[in-house]
Amino acid sequence: MRFDTVIIGGGLAGLVSGISLQQAGRSTAIVSTGQNALHFFSGSFESLEEAPERLSELFAEAGVRLHYRPGVRLMPLGTFRPAALSLEDVSLFEDPGFARKVLIVSFTGYHDFFSSFLAEGLEKAGMSCRIHLLDLPEIERLRQSPSEVRSVQIARAMDRIWERVVQEVRAALQDEDTVILPQVFGLKDVSVPGRIRQGVPARVVFVGTLPPSVPGIRTQALLKRRFELLGGTYLAGDEAVRASVEDGRVRSIATRNLDRHALEASHFILASGGFFSKGLRSNPFRVYEPVFGLDVDYADDRNAWYDPAFAGDQPYRRFGLKTDAALHPLLGGAPVINLYAVGSVLGGTRPEFGSGAGLAVRSAFAAVDAILKEEAL
Amino acid sequence: MKAQEYTVSKHNFEECMKCTVCTVYCPVLQVNPLYPGPKQAGPDGERLRLKDPFFFNYTLKYCMNCKRCEVACPSGVGVADLIQASRIKYDRTPPKLRDRILASTDLMGSLARPFAPVVNAVTGLGIAKSVMDATLKIDHRRSFPKYSGRSFEAWLRKRAAQQAAFPEQVAYFHGCYVNYNNPQLGKDLVKVLNALGVGVQLLDHEKCCGIALITNGMSKQATRHAEHNVGIIRQAVLERRLPVVTTSSSCTLTLRDEYPNLLGVDNADVRASVLMAVRYIFERLEAGATLRFKPGFRKKVAYHVPCHMERLGWGVFSERLLRMIPGVEFTLLDSACCGIAGTYGFKKENYEASQAVGAALFEQIRSVDPEVVACDCETCKWQIEMSTGYRVENPISILAESIEQ
Repeated sequence: MRFDTVIIGGGLAGLVSGISLQQAGRSTAIVSTGQNALHFFSGSFESLEEAPERLSELFAEAGVRLHYRPGVRLMPLGTFRPAALSLEDVSLFEDPGFARKVLIVSFTGYHDFFSSFLAEGLEKAGMSCRIHLLDLPEIERLRQSPSEVRSVQIARAMDRIWERVVQEVRAALQDEDTVILPQVFGLKDVSVPGRIRQGVPARVVFVGTLPPSVPGIRTQALLKRRFELLGGTYLAGDEAVRASVEDGRVRSIATRNLDRHALEASHFILASGGFFSKGLRSNPFRVYEPVFGLDVDYADDRNAWYDPAFAGDQPYRRFGLKTDAALHPLLGGAPVINLYAVGSVLGGTRPEFGSGAGLAVRSAFAAVDAILKEEAL
Repeated sequence: MKAQEYTVSKHNFEECMKCTVCTVYCPVLQVNPLYPGPKQAGPDGERLRLKDPFFFNYTLKYCMNCKRCEVACPSGVGVADLIQASRIKYDRTPPKLRDRILASTDLMGSLARPFAPVVNAVTGLGIAKSVMDATLKIDHRRSFPKYSGRSFEAWLRKRAAQQAAFPEQVAYFHGCYVNYNNPQLGKDLVKVLNALGVGVQLLDHEKCCGIALITNGMSKQATRHAEHNVGIIRQAVLERRLPVVTTSSSCTLTLRDEYPNLLGVDNADVRASVLMAVRYIFERLEAGATLRFKPGFRKKVAYHVPCHMERLGWGVFSERLLRMIPGVEFTLLDSACCGIAGTYGFKKENYEASQAVGAALFEQIRSVDPEVVACDCETCKWQIEMSTGYRVENPISILAESIEQ
């Protein structure tokens, strides 16, 4: 099967590339090995402050609204991080002193949202907090399988009963100026968080939960639908296993599901992710890229891969593909000229700063521009 | 690297890093709070079951084996395989009479076929449905597939000489549904393949692929079917040098993947030769073969990728074929389970869950309002036709309708 471009990886970088190329009239296939880091998405794109318009437009056409306001956002444990371009779910503040009195609302039996830690964090920042738990039969029903009282299951219930939550919050509200809710709203209907904000007579702030990320899942679904509506081919649950490279160019790739039926293209984008997504793999002896065997920048001495301090700046996170300035990855020291590496496979992101999303988007745009420019020549 | 190879466990279960992505895409978990979900029922539960089979839990029967967890898993864990394998290994409950009846698709087919008009009339009656509901717990709200008076095998056997005259040949694993319920689909395949210069042969007495036996706790019978079917596929592929084509995505997944992964029946030497007909046809067209389409053919088609087609990763072939038919207005429906999962939705205890799972798909079909829904799975067809009133056809049948004789 032949396409103009084949993209390996169906996460944020792959989808942004795919949507942009389909919009430019290029037939595109995405090979996606399972679901992706959008399921852990915080909702903010750090390191993208310079050029939010292009991404905002692309997302808006897919039905995902972003807003841009350099400042800080509230983290799940009551701390603050710099943020600018974000999903509308994420409240952005000029400074951490955004509230005086806060009502934190969660659900009885829901353990993936840490109300007490959040309150403790906010109290340290000088706010007074009260925690209110809602007892809802819909959540009680989920507790029949206690391991499955997760954000996404709650969100499915909330898609039906969010208006009742608004009533309950209104009833519970005393003199608080701010209400904090877990990010479990608007899985299917993107307008729900906004309607909750309108319905509650206080500022409503949605705060992240343990995975999976409800705004992330919604974003993934809308971007994938947009890509498919534009005529793109999304091969879900498949895996690129081999590539045919001749004279510094990729001819085709083979996938697990299509085996002998190779995917051919003029250009290829490698958006296969980092260690989590197996875009980069390691064994006791080396770090490697599994599809092409591309050159990886990593430390030879295995002891230098790790910092014994678990939460420290782990050196292995900086490992990534070697590329030239145009994002062509190197194979045996030479660039593969019709292949572009984008997103976390490049390495160097710091998940604790949320910079993965920013890198994904910026590198994806750079690859798309290079492909379209090359074709125009 | 030997050390690492040896740590790879069956169904890749220790690759699970507890990311919870599978729980997002499990259709059962969305509607049935009694089901512990793919993560808990699969890799999490497996750790416990390996220590002590006591931890095997009857709620695993709620798994529909749709494999959506495996399509979603970023780590390549055989989540649904783990669940089904542990049901095979640990579940000692004898299958109910109802489950035996539902699972014995070929036996029921050969019994019902000679009396097809009577059987069809009876299973359509409210009173018969109530009786089956009360005695067998087969839900009375279900519509039953109709039986055909004449089997596909008998039809094709009569044309063996004519088919043998084509320059190229394939063997066709038609499955129970084409043989007993919808021979027209088989005839449509013959029409399309003949138009490409390919004759169609039968395998040497195929048995039901056995998927319903596996999910209904009859794995011993399923294994016997698997051994027989792999034998006759081997004979076709290795001796007669024929590729084996299919029109049912669930039969195909069973022949290719469930046999080795769940039943331990090795098919490695022939697996790659068992192909959905849509893939076979697409590859022939890609290699330069042509079809003559009817001028003025118009059809608004919405394509539903069945769960097992999604697991095979071959929905793209059906999509491409449908899109290449001149006059087809094509919509790709969102990836979603219809809720039937073979025999699952026929069971009284699953009816509500089954309909709730399919609700989003039914709603989208109504809003697209196509002339026909295309789908590679017979049980999805029954479910969608019953639940929406829209006609559902295999892509092969739509292709057959669009080409000149």
